[in-house]
Amino acid sequence: MATQNSRSAARLMLAPAVILLLGWMLVPLTMTLWFSFRKYLPLRGGDQGWVGFDNYVRFVSSSSFWPSVQTTLIIVGGVLVITVVFGILLALLLDQPMWGQGIVRILVIAPFFVMPTVSALVWKNIFMDPVNGLFAHLWKFFGATPIEWLSQASVQSIIMIVSWQWLPFATLILLTAVQSLDGEQLEASEMDGAKPLQRFGYIILPHLARAITIVVLIQTIFLLSIFAEIFVTTGGAFGTKTLSYLIFQRVLESQNIGLGSAGGIYAVILANIVAIFLMRIVGKNLDA
Amino acid sequence: MARAITNERKIINTVAAWGIGLLIFFPILWTILTSFKTEAQAINDPPLFLFFDWTLENYAVVQERSNYGRFLWNSIFIAGGSTLLGVIIAIPAAWSMAFVPSKRTKDILLWMLSTKMLPAVGVLYPIYLLFIQFGLLDSILGLTIVLMLINLPIMVWMLYTYFREIPGEILEAARMDGATLRSEILYVLTPMAIPGIASTLLLNFILAWNEAFWTLNLTAAQAAPLTAFIASYSSPEGLFYAKLSAASTMAILPILILGWFSQKQLVRGLTFGAVK
Repeated sequence: MATQNSRSAARLMLAPAVILLLGWMLVPLTMTLWFSFRKYLPLRGGDQGWVGFDNYVRFVSSSSFWPSVQTTLIIVGGVLVITVVFGILLALLLDQPMWGQGIVRILVIAPFFVMPTVSALVWKNIFMDPVNGLFAHLWKFFGATPIEWLSQASVQSIIMIVSWQWLPFATLILLTAVQSLDGEQLEASEMDGAKPLQRFGYIILPHLARAITIVVLIQTIFLLSIFAEIFVTTGGAFGTKTLSYLIFQRVLESQNIGLGSAGGIYAVILANIVAIFLMRIVGKNLDA
Repeated sequence: MARAITNERKIINTVAAWGIGLLIFFPILWTILTSFKTEAQAINDPPLFLFFDWTLENYAVVQERSNYGRFLWNSIFIAGGSTLLGVIIAIPAAWSMAFVPSKRTKDILLWMLSTKMLPAVGVLYPIYLLFIQFGLLDSILGLTIVLMLINLPIMVWMLYTYFREIPGEILEAARMDGATLRSEILYVLTPMAIPGIASTLLLNFILAWNEAFWTLNLTAAQAAPLTAFIASYSSPEGLFYAKLSAASTMAILPILILGWFSQKQLVRGLTFGAVK
């Protein structure tokens, strides 16, 4: 077993990663915390001293706060529902015997590898543009008036773009889980006369529960902070301002560092609540 | 025993799966096709699918106008540099946790994971200030460091799950035969760990390549990688679909190809070994 010698060597090898991550976490976070209690406007008088919890109160009572929370919840919730539901269906389909399975998998996974700025711009212009976009052509072909996607249905459009990016991730993870399903159990249930819907509800879905939870948690963490998709398409206009985008605007556009930092602390707390649940699951798995 | 599948059923599966697969892939396919059209053909109504005058002109224009090559190099340097640097730091850490676990190993692993979940926007200004302080703003070095730190937890986790699969008995046997710690790592572990290290490099290279918060906010003209290059197309200017498509194709094609090789590792890397 490990000797005293190898233990201290191990500690030494672990140190650089731990120290770097500790610094990466603590230094900026402490600074954000510090700024959040100060009136700090770099372009209008600089750092003007302590204001206590003023920024926290102001951030929450600003007229854009609740709409941004609502937008965040709608976008995150919408994308989660779409990716999980279609992810399950797609995973079950891809698990069936077929020709060219490998190629279909590649087609399905591809959007995940497209950089966010590219997918946002391609969707915005080539598909959703109300004059020259492909959807506009399609609508006109059927005699309908083209929709101005990113202004009339802005939140739905962003949900669509982001879902397209994350569906591959959900599908891939759910497919991995589906493939580990015991085929004999399914067969036995079939012989006992279970209908497809019953097999899905009583065997497949419970088996997928863990994978679904993980997809939901990981995606939530990433979706809470989507940035490029909004930055490039609407720039936060037309009701697409999420909480993290609001913070971004407070910090960079209005240069109100105190207010933005207070918002940042809220975001950190929110992300941590989600993270705790994820860590529970991952942690349990570590023991096994 | 596998159930007997009728050919009819298999045909239905195949048609359905290919249909959906092509639908999901369509935006990418359409972008690639559009990149070979002229600007007028790109917005033609009805849309032109295959029968148009294929041209490479857009690629030439994009390269000439915005010096695509420099952004590409920035992307390669930043993604490659941050991944290599990260792996060099992550290998010893993952090694020690996999082979010399202590009571705190689990806590350390989970804590590392938690740093990954820090919302970037919450620390944007401090990082911005620190970057100005150290002269790192709009520099390749600065972005390399930030992206390395962002992906370090994933790298440690991935390597940890790979290393844990290496049987400990082999190490003990090597030790019995008098191998030193150094030769143990160099000659016993490394060859067995290479597939895991390669997968880790691949996936994290992709993640760093596509990162679009810090790369947009911490660069201007000098160090901007492809994510920022593409974002510069966000203000429309006359007819530009074909050029946008060409620029997009150039930005995603290399990574799409790498991505196809790393599908399996993706699950392991992004679920932290929790889905098997």
